[in-house]
Amino acid sequence: MNHRKTLEPMWWGLFSAGGVVAAFLIPIHIVLLGLAIPLGWLPGSAEIFQSWIVRLYLFVLISLPLYHWAHRFSFTMSDLGLRPIRKPLAILCYGSAIAGTVVTAWVLLRI
Amino acid sequence: MSERTVSLKVTRYRPGQDSTPTAQSYEVAYPDDWVVLDALNFIKDHVDGTLSFRWSCRMGVCGSCGMMVNGEPRLTCSAFLREFDSQEIRIEPLAHFPVIRDLVIDMSGFLDKLKSVSPWIIRDTEKDPSEGEYLQSPKQLDAYHPFTACINCLLCYSACPIFGLETDFIGPAALALAHRYNEDSRDQGSAARWNAINDHNGAWQCTFVGECSVVCPKSVDPAAAIQRLKVDTAKQWVRSVLLPWGQK
Ligand code: SF4
Ligand code: FES
Repeated sequence: MNHRKTLEPMWWGLFSAGGVVAAFLIPIHIVLLGLAIPLGWLPGSAEIFQSWIVRLYLFVLISLPLYHWAHRFSFTMSDLGLRPIRKPLAILCYGSAIAGTVVTAWVLLRI
Repeated sequence: MSERTVSLKVTRYRPGQDSTPTAQSYEVAYPDDWVVLDALNFIKDHVDGTLSFRWSCRMGVCGSCGMMVNGEPRLTCSAFLREFDSQEIRIEPLAHFPVIRDLVIDMSGFLDKLKSVSPWIIRDTEKDPSEGEYLQSPKQLDAYHPFTACINCLLCYSACPIFGLETDFIGPAALALAHRYNEDSRDQGSAARWNAINDHNGAWQCTFVGECSVVCPKSVDPAAAIQRLKVDTAKQWVRSVLLPWGQK
């Protein structure tokens, strides 16, 4: 039995992981970076970005939700009538998410 | 018993006679305890014997009387006429299916899909009957029992907007039954169901709209079954990539 017949389990896995990150980590991130640090509730400094753990965290925070978007957007668009161009649409969406992942990694490696 | 009247606006389609479906209205006086199916049977017996529709058990068990009632997929033997405030009730064949005649849909596509998930217990080796039953704990029973209640009424297919767009989608009931057998501790056939589930027209076509579970008259919750199938399939896919030699 060939279990690798389609890549859909992978795209869906990234989609659902991205959904979890978007739902749980992003609100925490907004509170930390958007409120707690600017309002002085927590100390903050740019030093923190030197840590590999922080960079890995940012990588996960930014890249996974891109796949959530790609999957949701391409399915929604095809449900709204773009079904005939589903393939190129999927390539465009998942391709953008991959490009976003590469750019994120590149930026994070250079800080 | 008090009697009221209602106008049933029924979709007619007679192949060879009608080029497109048309609507025909019938006035029916009904007692309080009549369901939509009673009114249709009254029409068939006393007003117009040419009207065609399927039914059998009249008690929500056989799954053959599904129709669109005022635009919603319903078992007509469980839809009381008194539920509807309107003076007119629209009765149409189940949405998204080809129509054979009047309210009778062609369900052969569904039967093929159902077969593709091998909805029966598959075993590598059978025990000799003298060795006794295959015992299950209450927990093992709970894992699949809610999904056994499906009566193949196809209401979930009519409610599913994805199936409306993509009729090759294997659909809610077939996937719920695939899950039902995969979850059964006596079954060893999940590999045989894998290709039907893990296909673009299998579980991956579903975008979790959830309407299937809303309309299901047997509370099967196909939407939950499909999400579980997606999680199980994605996990198995990761395993097959990381441990390719472990594949069955
Ligand atoms: S899952 Fe529910 S709605 Fe769908 S065919 Fe089975 S009983 Fe009918
Ligand atoms: S007639 Fe059997 S379910 Fe309605």
